[in-house]
Amino acid sequence: MYNQTEIIKDTSELGADGELVINMGPQHPATHGVLHLVVTLNGETIKKIEPHLGFIHRSIEKMCESLTYRQFIYVTSRMDYLSSHINNLGCALLVEKGMQIEVPERAKYIRVILSELTRIASHELWLGAMAMDLGAFTPFFYAFREREMITDIMEDTCGARLTMNYIVPGGLMYDLHPDFQKKVKAFITQFKSKVTEYEDLVTNNIIFQSRTKGVGILSAEDAISYGCTGPVARASGVSCDIRKIYPYEVYDKVEFDEVIETAGDSFARYIVRVKEMNQSIRIIEQLIDNIPEGDFVGKTKNVLKLPKGEFYSRVETARGEFGVYVVSEGGTTPHRIKFRSPGFSNLSVLNHIAAGGMIGDLMASMGTLDLVIPDIDR
Amino acid sequence: MELKEKIAGNEPFPGIVHETPGGGIVVSTFDSVINWARSNSLWPLSFATSCCGIEMMSTASAKYDFSRFGFEVARASPRQADVIIIAGTIVNKMAPVLKRLYDQMADPKYVIAMGACAISGGPFFYNTYSVVKGADHIIPVDVYIPGCPPRPEALLHSLISLQEKIKLGMTREQIRGEFKV
Amino acid sequence: MTNEEIKEYISSLAPAATYDETGEWLNILVEPTALKPLMANLRTGKMQMNYLFCVTCVDFKTHLTMVYHLSATTHRQSIVIKANVNRDTPVIETVCDIWRTAEFLEREVFEMFGVQFTNHPDLRKLILEDDFKGFPLRKDFEDPINMIKL
Repeated sequence: MYNQTEIIKDTSELGADGELVINMGPQHPATHGVLHLVVTLNGETIKKIEPHLGFIHRSIEKMCESLTYRQFIYVTSRMDYLSSHINNLGCALLVEKGMQIEVPERAKYIRVILSELTRIASHELWLGAMAMDLGAFTPFFYAFREREMITDIMEDTCGARLTMNYIVPGGLMYDLHPDFQKKVKAFITQFKSKVTEYEDLVTNNIIFQSRTKGVGILSAEDAISYGCTGPVARASGVSCDIRKIYPYEVYDKVEFDEVIETAGDSFARYIVRVKEMNQSIRIIEQLIDNIPEGDFVGKTKNVLKLPKGEFYSRVETARGEFGVYVVSEGGTTPHRIKFRSPGFSNLSVLNHIAAGGMIGDLMASMGTLDLVIPDIDR
Repeated sequence: MELKEKIAGNEPFPGIVHETPGGGIVVSTFDSVINWARSNSLWPLSFATSCCGIEMMSTASAKYDFSRFGFEVARASPRQADVIIIAGTIVNKMAPVLKRLYDQMADPKYVIAMGACAISGGPFFYNTYSVVKGADHIIPVDVYIPGCPPRPEALLHSLISLQEKIKLGMTREQIRGEFKV
Repeated sequence: MTNEEIKEYISSLAPAATYDETGEWLNILVEPTALKPLMANLRTGKMQMNYLFCVTCVDFKTHLTMVYHLSATTHRQSIVIKANVNRDTPVIETVCDIWRTAEFLEREVFEMFGVQFTNHPDLRKLILEDDFKGFPLRKDFEDPINMIKL
């Protein structure tokens, strides 16, 4: 347990500039999880922010050293729980790469459709939560309306709403529900008609624009140096979409644009995510009518053993690049497994972009970084 | 059993109404009236550490609304909250913070442990060095909800069970006062 | 650049490097003392590796191995640099001044494995509690109170 007196100074000890050190969190409605920020203020201007992590550190990397290659996938669902299908896909791709397992085409198509639906659900929740941080309560309910449609589809097919372990090494766990295509098409129709609602309510709102334009500017060199990936880096002009650069599954067969903005401020990060939702709809539309018939899982042995060596696989989650690095000694459990989480590098840029601004701007910057804390602490 | 049925069976107000000319007189006990009022207006503390927090947010939104049961206002400060819904894993570093939040809440206060992680450590039970194996090692828990994560309907069921528990019985302080030895 | 060209280039900078091409990417094993000049040259020199995406450490029972995954935003090729450090007194130079992302990543390796990074601006625990004893991800870490073995 850390020493409380180190963090909170007595007011009689205010520095020469009148500095004040305050705590934000770990229990705070706007930190989206348990993040403890120690903020050094001068009036309302921020001088330094220091994140303290570890309040949800569940020692996942140590635990995975005693789980088999089929078992460790369920744990990754719970790390970045808003893109749980995509995390599972990253782990399954690693095992398939290591053991040279063939995945049937039908499974690949369905995996990509589920990944894109998960991306839309994650961005919807981000939109609702970020608007709520800035004081607007209505977009939260509108965003959850669409999200509930997606979790309904997931529940019919995968059996669970949030942490579904549906993607396994070799393909899928069981076949699709018969109503899947009908429900996805109904969702696409509803989403397209509601996108104009989000435009009117949030994007064109003058208060939202003045709170996010010019706030938290991140340049392209800094984004690369700090290791940022995902929408945070794409809003600064860095092209880093794993689906375009190192395509996996059927992403090389579909047409979609990589959304890049150059402004680098919070409004650009917001626009990137909203446009990404539209691109995901475009991908789903191209795939939903052409799912090939066939098996939903390839042939695998009962006991999976990766050969001796090292393997790395990467996927594009809703937050950035998620990487899985496995060092295997030839047994049924990994010798060392490391999860390269996108939030870890995205968080390190918070001090850089928020220092010098005001406390109100910190909410806009942190909201648009889209942090999920269990992903950072693992 | 008949007491529980009476409570669950839509009794509008605990008490007997005697009709008199010019109005009515209600005869009841203070305890039952106060318990009835308390159970219908519990304010939760927004405390979500990990995945179960998203299901709690889903319960708060429009499809599985929990404000119909009186849980409308989710306060951010523990001084203004009545019930703490522990949604997510508690780790060794977070345990003193949880204890401090619980101590800051005013009596009467209730605790709901949501999800497998808060009941017993959940999927992180074996081979972890930093997870507290159950939130009831730290604070006393009233209602346990199994699931990983539990459905929003399960959370609503647990809120209704907590309301029944309040209407039926006494708070911890009343019990301590009653059975002082 | 092909693997042969990369090998020649690296050998001209660090003559004692050994190569391993069994995996997906070229693995280069160097001495810990030769790591920092090699990294600085990879960042600014011909290869322009400006993206460090993974820093980790692996515990083989006799020694620890630091692993750095690098890539470039211009030519999208990835290489892996490794350095073996001593298990009892693991010391290696930091790469924070070359890539800013290494600040947090090296702090995590420090608290999990005990590797000391010289010239790091702020080396202290990031994720574990401040009074945590031991280095959890090492293979000889025992915690009979908290860890329940299956």
